[in-house]
Amino acid sequence: MLTKTSTRHKNRIRPCLQDRIVLRLDEILMALFALIIAYPLLFVVFSSFEGQVSTLSLNILPKKWSLEGYKAVFEYHWIWIGYRNSIFYTLFGTLTGLAFCVLAAYPLSQPNLDGRKFFMGLFVFTMYFSGGLIPTYLTMRDYGMLDSVWALLLPGAANVYNMIIMRTYFSTQIPRELKEASELDGCGEIRYLLQIVLPLSVPMLMVVGLYFAVGIWNSYFDAMIYMSTRSKMPLSIFLRDILILNNNSDMAAMMDPDAIASFQERQNVMKYALIMVSSVPMFLLYPFVQRYFIKGVMIGSVKG
Amino acid sequence: MNAREVHSPSGRAGLFKRVWKNRMLYLMLLIPLVILILFRYVPMYGVQIAFRNYQPSRSIWESEWVGLKYVFNFFHSYNFWNIITNTLVLGLYGIATFPCALILAICVNYLRNKKFQKFVQTVSYLPHFITMVVMCSIILQLFDAKTGLFNALMGLFGVPARNYMGIPSAFKHIYIWTSVWQDIGYASIIYIAALAGISPELHEAATIDGATLLKRIWHVDLPALLPTICVLLIMRCGSLLNVGYEKVFLLQNPMNQTASEVVNTYVYKQGLTSGLPQYSSATAIGLFVSVINMIILILVNRLSGVISGNSLW
Repeated sequence: MLTKTSTRHKNRIRPCLQDRIVLRLDEILMALFALIIAYPLLFVVFSSFEGQVSTLSLNILPKKWSLEGYKAVFEYHWIWIGYRNSIFYTLFGTLTGLAFCVLAAYPLSQPNLDGRKFFMGLFVFTMYFSGGLIPTYLTMRDYGMLDSVWALLLPGAANVYNMIIMRTYFSTQIPRELKEASELDGCGEIRYLLQIVLPLSVPMLMVVGLYFAVGIWNSYFDAMIYMSTRSKMPLSIFLRDILILNNNSDMAAMMDPDAIASFQERQNVMKYALIMVSSVPMFLLYPFVQRYFIKGVMIGSVKG
Repeated sequence: MNAREVHSPSGRAGLFKRVWKNRMLYLMLLIPLVILILFRYVPMYGVQIAFRNYQPSRSIWESEWVGLKYVFNFFHSYNFWNIITNTLVLGLYGIATFPCALILAICVNYLRNKKFQKFVQTVSYLPHFITMVVMCSIILQLFDAKTGLFNALMGLFGVPARNYMGIPSAFKHIYIWTSVWQDIGYASIIYIAALAGISPELHEAATIDGATLLKRIWHVDLPALLPTICVLLIMRCGSLLNVGYEKVFLLQNPMNQTASEVVNTYVYKQGLTSGLPQYSSATAIGLFVSVINMIILILVNRLSGVISGNSLW
């Protein structure tokens, strides 16, 4: 009897009054917090369907539903060129990045590699010190990589942070016995890496791949300084032209001020729709991405 | 012991033997190493143009050595104090908001309804995945004088609508709090993970001893989070002057420039967009800031090691 009540007590200790108040306050606070985070986002979503010129109002529902904005976006052909380029850069940038990480992380995760500390030091040093913007730009110029696709693919691949996460995974999650067993069976390093280590590391490859993909999809600065041909620009550059700078190349071609005025009006309608269209890939990926990002943060936080 | 000696023979001959045995590993490592040297270490070598009068028509070695001339030029330039103040204000203000994510993590951790907890977390990560360009565009729209949500909200309190992006004194608040809005959820993940790792027995014992929830947070949760907090704070201090120029650059306009020009945007303009590119001068300024950052990182790391026993290396 006595033990019965004590176990029940252990499982469910009734919180005292102060605790209950605190917990209730916590719930209210978090509901408010979620509202603060979500409200501006919903505002953007609904504004993209707004048909009227909007005015100052906290009401986010459109006064008149319309798809004008989306129509304007779909007719603006540079957006699709940007989209195509961004998909290309993201895909190949992620692949080169993953190759860099695996090829560096795997040897550095092997405890019997001589000079491991030294090589690791070489990688880690670049996390704390870099040549800076101008020397990097001049180096790329000397390599003849300005306005070349490689300028956006290769330097970004050298991401030491991602490499370290990968290395931590290899050295903590892949049992050493596997290596010894496969060595006894006469399996070489490359075959061991490709046929045993990589299949076992799929979750980590996903995490690091997503880190790369999100980073590349979101970047604009490298493209802004290295690229000059408009048809090679990623989506973010076109977005910046329209969303932030309020200009675009088609406007310069118009001589008629009325045409420019109507174009600018159209552009304002277009803005929210454009924000939506350009965010679609990330929001479609989001439910899947979210799980992996959390995993990555946890592995990254393990001191390695 | 015997087996280990057989596997890793010591001495010079043994070293060669081991390296030869692992030659495939070294070959693998060679590829990323080459990329690292080409794109990270070669630019570091190019840093010396900070001390030379570099002209694009000449090579680095042919340019004359001028020492610290460009760093001193920067000290004496008319907007030096303005730029340094802006950078420090944004950097320090950013560090001041550091506890926000920690507080969020604790609040989320104590939500009793698990579905609601999951919902709050999911919503809070969402802004992190928005492209910086789009994020800045959203910020510009929210603070717009004619249609912005923020002005609509302030209107409720009788504050007349203003163009906040054009007010220099408003820039730092907009910059910092929108960053908090965007990153707080994502930054809290690491604390939530650490909180999940705390043994429930500690909490049970504390509860039986009569500790209230707030006391348990203070005496159980915070000490357990301390190592994580220290490491993140040290990293944050190490990039004090490295104010995220992508965002500053996108939010900058001629009206708020007196408050928004930071070292990194200044370097970019000096080096790459001016009609006559000042390569050497821009590099010198960038290097100056890198070195200061490095010194801060080392000092803070040492300090943290002495005070709390937590350090990066």
